[in-house]
Amino acid sequence: MAFEGLADRLQGSIQKIRGKGKVNESDVKEMMREVRLALLEADVNFKVVKNFVKRVSERAVGQEVMKSLTPGQQIIKVVKEELTELMGGEQSQIAVSKRPPTVIMMVGLQGAGKTTTTGKLANLLRKKHNRKPLLVAADIYRPAAIKQLETLGNQLDLPVFSMGDQVSPIDIARQGIEKAKEDHLDYVLIDTAGRLHVDETLMDELKQIKELSSPDEIFLVVDAMTGQDAVNVAQNFDEALGVTGVVLTKLDGDTRGGAALSIRAVTEKPIKFVGMGEKMDALEAFHPERMASRILGMGDMLSLIEKAQTNIDEEKAKEMEKKLRTATFTLDDFLEQLGQVKQMGPLDELIKMIPGANKMKGLDNLQVDGKQLGHVEAIIQSMTNAEKEQPEIINASRRKRIARGSGRTIQEVNRLLKQFEEMKKMMKQMTNMQQKGKKRGGFNFPFMK
Amino acid sequence: MSFFKKLKEKFTHSQDTMTEKFRDGLTKTRDSFTSKMNDLVARYRTVDEEFFEELEELLIQADVGVDTVMELVDELKMEVKRQNIKDTKDIRGVISEKLVDIYQGEHEVDPSLAIQQEGLTVILFVGVNGVGKTTTIGKLAHQLKNDGKKVLLAAGDTFRAGAIEQLEVWGSRAGVDVIKQGEGSDPAAVMFDAVQAAKARQVDVLICDTAGRLQNKVNLMKELEKVKRVIEREVPGAPHEVLLALDATTGQNALTQARMFKEVTNVSGIVLTKLDGTAKGGIVLAIKRELDIPVKFVGLGEKMDDLQPFDAEKYVYGLFADLVDEEPVDMREE
Repeated sequence: MAFEGLADRLQGSIQKIRGKGKVNESDVKEMMREVRLALLEADVNFKVVKNFVKRVSERAVGQEVMKSLTPGQQIIKVVKEELTELMGGEQSQIAVSKRPPTVIMMVGLQGAGKTTTTGKLANLLRKKHNRKPLLVAADIYRPAAIKQLETLGNQLDLPVFSMGDQVSPIDIARQGIEKAKEDHLDYVLIDTAGRLHVDETLMDELKQIKELSSPDEIFLVVDAMTGQDAVNVAQNFDEALGVTGVVLTKLDGDTRGGAALSIRAVTEKPIKFVGMGEKMDALEAFHPERMASRILGMGDMLSLIEKAQTNIDEEKAKEMEKKLRTATFTLDDFLEQLGQVKQMGPLDELIKMIPGANKMKGLDNLQVDGKQLGHVEAIIQSMTNAEKEQPEIINASRRKRIARGSGRTIQEVNRLLKQFEEMKKMMKQMTNMQQKGKKRGGFNFPFMK
Repeated sequence: MSFFKKLKEKFTHSQDTMTEKFRDGLTKTRDSFTSKMNDLVARYRTVDEEFFEELEELLIQADVGVDTVMELVDELKMEVKRQNIKDTKDIRGVISEKLVDIYQGEHEVDPSLAIQQEGLTVILFVGVNGVGKTTTIGKLAHQLKNDGKKVLLAAGDTFRAGAIEQLEVWGSRAGVDVIKQGEGSDPAAVMFDAVQAAKARQVDVLICDTAGRLQNKVNLMKELEKVKRVIEREVPGAPHEVLLALDATTGQNALTQARMFKEVTNVSGIVLTKLDGTAKGGIVLAIKRELDIPVKFVGLGEKMDDLQPFDAEKYVYGLFADLVDEEPVDMREE
């Protein structure tokens, strides 16, 4: 990560006040300066930052922080609470029109990810809400934008309505809605062309589309990496069209995403979804608390836990735990665990969600290659059942065979066996520790609930 | 204030269409920026702490970034002391001078492309999703062709739906051929084909498109590394330019983008796109200063000829035109 999170930033000020009996106003002021810088580095608009810092200062100078024994932590807590509140509640529902079809208009700047998001949203409507959406290709300006939507429709096996790029987007929208009515489809998603919020002609075009299609939702699609200008963009689109919700895209990058806060603060419109990848199912509900953590550079433990919960089979986890405790954990089990971890997504993404991971030695620059997991899999799969059960029997010639079978080097085979041995040892120690501590509730490692 | 005069002379009397383009494209940027700047100067008669605080915010709003702004303001404070500037009117020139300084550092930066005198020149485009790589390639192809070069395009974005078709449309607009394979094919293989075709057809410039990728996707960055390696292997000394397309609306993450893409592909220059909006793209100052990657072009619109070579002085001038010239109205009528 390029920038320090709030917690890191506050370290200095906290050190200074440590040992002091009482925190005074100037200490708080200094900490507030760090809060301000952290938010600015996260791309929160400076005006939004100003108001925000003022609010937090009031709370901080009041009772809460100054009387606290751990003022640093208290400040972080107050900042996070205020931030979460400002971000609003979780609101990922989509309007349903009483008279179908429900019309959704997608708007935004060029390159924000409207077309991709349109595809994802249609996919979500079908998969999660069991709806029948129609995609309408109204971006006649960008070369091959229509083709892009058609290809996405093809991939998703969803109908796409298009009239080429010689017909006005207004007509395309009108006829698209007609088509949805004819075919008894219940959602119409209009993909409009990207445009500058200061381009009056093109903004007028959007107003016209809105007028004739009376959309139930107008989603503003915004790139999560947007800087200070996010407020201008959001404000202009909202004033012109009255957006009903925001979709934040490219949040799978490493941006802090302060734009989320800026947009929310100026429009007061809910952020409904976030784009988390290039795949068509990578559209998730927006979680204000997680976003607050992210903006503050505090990691995203909640997402990690959720990922683990949805991807790891509870029963299997229990069984595995028993095996670990009784030290009958084999390479086969190891393989199974790897598979479950893999399902959770790219490892480096997972690691990034751990708070403080960017500060941990060795983890800060860790780049985990998904392929390496594949290599480990290949090596284990090249073993016989007996070898998997009792890795002790693997001698030099067996190693050679395994290496050849998996297409890896003998060194890699050796490394894996050694790691597995060490892991087993560690498990044993942990089991002992846990039994001594009489703490029931099982393991927290590796990647278990 | 010789700098101030120099700039004024350089631009007010020039009929240079490029300067005008810059001016037009930056009008919105400039209007909001300079009117605030003028407000600021008008509001504060004297240069004091409060003035600097406002200036700080003004620059942060341009996405210049906290660190760079702090440094700039510190330097300005020193300069103000040194020259004994008291009136805010006198500080305008110093601000623009310092901004150009921050960008240029020790020596002036040459924004021209490393087009080879003889043989094939390969230009590789990289960047995150949606910054305008394909559009910029279309514009650049058009420009190079107008300069009398024989240009070929390589459709290396085999991932995004419709990307190949998009490049083909730009190719036909510019009147240059496109080498492509199917969607989902190996981009490195496309590059190999394209290089061979460029050699066989005795092309002057081969421009390679790649799929947009977020800089933290390890596998995709490795794929890009491979694409570059193939080009390197097939044409000694290539790619002669690796251009990172950067969206002017991007905030501080642009610095991370530049750092990561430089690590993998040794980026030689930046194309700052979408500068015709209200965003200022101030982060390029930090990128130049920290990573020494210069801006080579700016994208000022969606038309074929809306790609302009970057000139630091003009860029700053675009932001400060009203400040540098005493009769701002004349500037636009020129």
